[in-house]
Amino acid sequence: MTDATRQQAPVAVAEGELLELAMRVAGAAQDGEELEVYVSRGVETDIRAYEGEVESLSSAASAGVGIRVVIGGRQGFAYAGTLEESVLRQTLADARDNATFATADEHIGLAGPDGVAPTSLDLWDDEVLRTPSADKVEMALELERRARHADARVRQVAFADYGDMAAEAAVASSTGITATARRTVASVAVETIAGADADSQTGVGFSAARGPGDLDLDKAVTDAVERSTRMLGATKARSGRCAVILDPRVTSTLLAVVSSALSGEAVTKGRSFFADRIGEEVAVPTLMLVDDPTDARSFGASTHDAEGLACRRNVLIDNGVLRGFVFDTTAARRAGTASTASAVRGGYATTPVAGCRALLLSPGSLGAAEILSEVGEALFVQSITGVHSGVNPVSGDFSVGAEGLMVRGGVLAEPVREVTIASTLQRMLKAVLHIGSDVEWLPGVAAGQTLAIDGMALSGS
Amino acid sequence: MSEAGSATGLLVETPVVERVLGAALRRGGDFAEVFVEDRHATSAVLDDGRVEELSSGRDRGAGVRVVVGETTGYAHTADLSEGGLLAAAEAAAAVARQGGGGRVVALERRQAVKRNDVVLLPEGIAKARKIELLVKADEAARSSGNAISQVSAAYGDGRRRIQVANSDGVLVSDDQVRSRFSVSCVAAGDTGMQTGYESSALTVGFELFDTVDVAEVAASAARRALVKLTARPAPSGEVPLILESGSGGILFHEACGHGLEADHIAKDASVYVGQVGEQVASPLVTLVDDGTIGPEWGSYAVDDEGNPAQRNVLIENGVLTDYMWDYLRGRKEHRGSSGNGRRQNYRHLPMVRMTNTFLLNGDSDAEEILAQTPTGVYVAKLGGGQVNTTTGDFVFGTVEAYLIEDGHLTEPLRDANLIGNGPEVLRRIDAVANDFAMGPGTCGKDGQSVPVGCGQPTLRITGVTIGGTAGD
Repeated sequence: MTDATRQQAPVAVAEGELLELAMRVAGAAQDGEELEVYVSRGVETDIRAYEGEVESLSSAASAGVGIRVVIGGRQGFAYAGTLEESVLRQTLADARDNATFATADEHIGLAGPDGVAPTSLDLWDDEVLRTPSADKVEMALELERRARHADARVRQVAFADYGDMAAEAAVASSTGITATARRTVASVAVETIAGADADSQTGVGFSAARGPGDLDLDKAVTDAVERSTRMLGATKARSGRCAVILDPRVTSTLLAVVSSALSGEAVTKGRSFFADRIGEEVAVPTLMLVDDPTDARSFGASTHDAEGLACRRNVLIDNGVLRGFVFDTTAARRAGTASTASAVRGGYATTPVAGCRALLLSPGSLGAAEILSEVGEALFVQSITGVHSGVNPVSGDFSVGAEGLMVRGGVLAEPVREVTIASTLQRMLKAVLHIGSDVEWLPGVAAGQTLAIDGMALSGS
Repeated sequence: MSEAGSATGLLVETPVVERVLGAALRRGGDFAEVFVEDRHATSAVLDDGRVEELSSGRDRGAGVRVVVGETTGYAHTADLSEGGLLAAAEAAAAVARQGGGGRVVALERRQAVKRNDVVLLPEGIAKARKIELLVKADEAARSSGNAISQVSAAYGDGRRRIQVANSDGVLVSDDQVRSRFSVSCVAAGDTGMQTGYESSALTVGFELFDTVDVAEVAASAARRALVKLTARPAPSGEVPLILESGSGGILFHEACGHGLEADHIAKDASVYVGQVGEQVASPLVTLVDDGTIGPEWGSYAVDDEGNPAQRNVLIENGVLTDYMWDYLRGRKEHRGSSGNGRRQNYRHLPMVRMTNTFLLNGDSDAEEILAQTPTGVYVAKLGGGQVNTTTGDFVFGTVEAYLIEDGHLTEPLRDANLIGNGPEVLRRIDAVANDFAMGPGTCGKDGQSVPVGCGQPTLRITGVTIGGTAGD
């Protein structure tokens, strides 16, 4: 079953080919026109195992182009999910036409070379393309098998997945940009259901790496099983004020939300509670937050941003003082500053916006167990829900569903579910008690580590 | 750009699809399907007082699915030539190991029942007219109050033509046109900033704007932000809750809709497993999922597996009557699909999804329900939500809410999440009014987003936990 799926992957295509294509289209820029061409291409494999069988195996190769045109301060954009020559021409024509309807804005413009050299990063593992599908299938089956037999209390494996992708992108512009970036990711993820009937609990575990050879199936299974079984018998906790200790995954989610308030675009448009606060103390003095896509350990690492500038390390909060924001070219011009090479895009079908890729809180000196012991009484939060509905990066209001375990006398005690924890992001940053030394590199825009925050409102019974 | 198969209205001609299905089953297999999609979309955004961007795009491709026993193979391609489709069929067929097999598929075209006629195809509307809507909304929002400090307005339209053919001989196509408009505002005051959002979206063309006044959409978004400037923190703990008509259909989408999707049921990953025929909700609850209702946001003629949309009663007078089904889950239970097999686009496998999910009218009067509620929280608009189908625990966020004191709305409340357990909350519904309304939403599941409708009349829940910070 392996050969056919392997043939789908256009592995034979040279890396430079995408850039050539982007440069050729960008070369069609007319007088008085800035033109940027972003081309991406990727292959993906997704496998789901269930009850010892392959439930599904998807293999896919896709490609697309997004073209931005700026004429007289007016921006137009068009995209297409193919690289066919006739479509490229039409897409360019559409982008030009679209530009005529925008409002002229002196700040709108494309990136130009800024002299920063890209960091050399190895974010590519050939094994993603080289590993036969049969071996990937076997990993998914093995993951499911181990999860099913890891603990007698596990009654079901809701999903056991293997997935990988290899993505390449190139961007070229009439303003002198030529850049390529490529990366691979492989992961396994599993959800176990422990218990029965009214007392059923779920836990998700995963492992992610640049290639399939570095995946840790046992870690994924152990995590899922521990998270589902330790929640058995969970009840609502009593409402009140308490400290919370966030699991590294929860911290990563929290940082991702905070990062949207650190977007230079949000700030210049008055959509961030950090606006006008540069130089102010916004967090506890021990807190340092950096976005560093040049750190290859981060899954968000990249040599170039979405506008083709070399990625760089940006200090956002230092000693608790707000030091900077992340900018793409347009947001930077609007703010009267330079791009921090922080343009991100959701694929070829969207225009670049400012965003973080690789956030990390400077680790503290204590590990998770020591933080529990130090804080003594708290709610350890294993997972949160309703982040998109309950956290507002403009007002800072924070209210999410939570499940986890009470911490009593410095150790994990009884499990708790169906409660909310609430505060404001502003207050939470100032109420950080401990930042863990246990950095865990997680998929997404932020690393995870244990984080203790005081004075949250817990709402339960 | 050339339009494929223009003579027959098909994206890929019948003989080609037949050969591709034959190739998909060459190594054996129980079922094969070709899903073809051609999608055009236009969006325009006005932000910070400027029309920032007009974007248009096209995505076109096909996915081939092969089912062998319990295993599904899937591959997709953006290449709609016969060669491209055959390569995808070959890749999808890789899961079939027994070899041999092979059969000839003869397709019979079926007519899809159109749910509504699109009057004004968006692609035929001048871009300038779409931009005018944005400018009008921006003006309306900014004139709503001096405290409005930022406005963003977005217009979007999409035309999605699909064609589904499978080894059961089905060949059917659908042409889905959707239009939407949304406004989000920021209001700034002494207590910081607050946000307001409102949207309108239907499965129609540009005629959406014959009935929807974008200035009203904008004024509504602005009002929500302004009201919250003086809002106090929401309470914490369990409170009686009134949900205003049309404000919170997402409650049912999350509290039980997802738990009634047959894929969760099949894996014993739902609190509603084995509950058909049981009383799972208050007798006041009759819940329907209906993909056939005219222009609603979650409607279509056929689903992404070629089955016609249906009206499915899920809960009747509190008794669970049925789950929602797609082809695979239905086949396993020796029954048909309920028309709920959907996918985000051709790059994805279909799965069980909701369409328009709503609670039917009761016979109470909305004003009387409020008057008879001494204390509690009144939700005029819910934001998004999330559920764990296995435990039934769900959350959803308020974006406009008020305190109820002595049967009257008093102070506005800051945003907070509500948390509850699906079956518990359904049993706690003790009043349902007769003022049904619904609205649009986007549902995410397993990484795929699809448009859905949600609706309910005004109703009261005797107790839900609200996650505010009051007491600070």
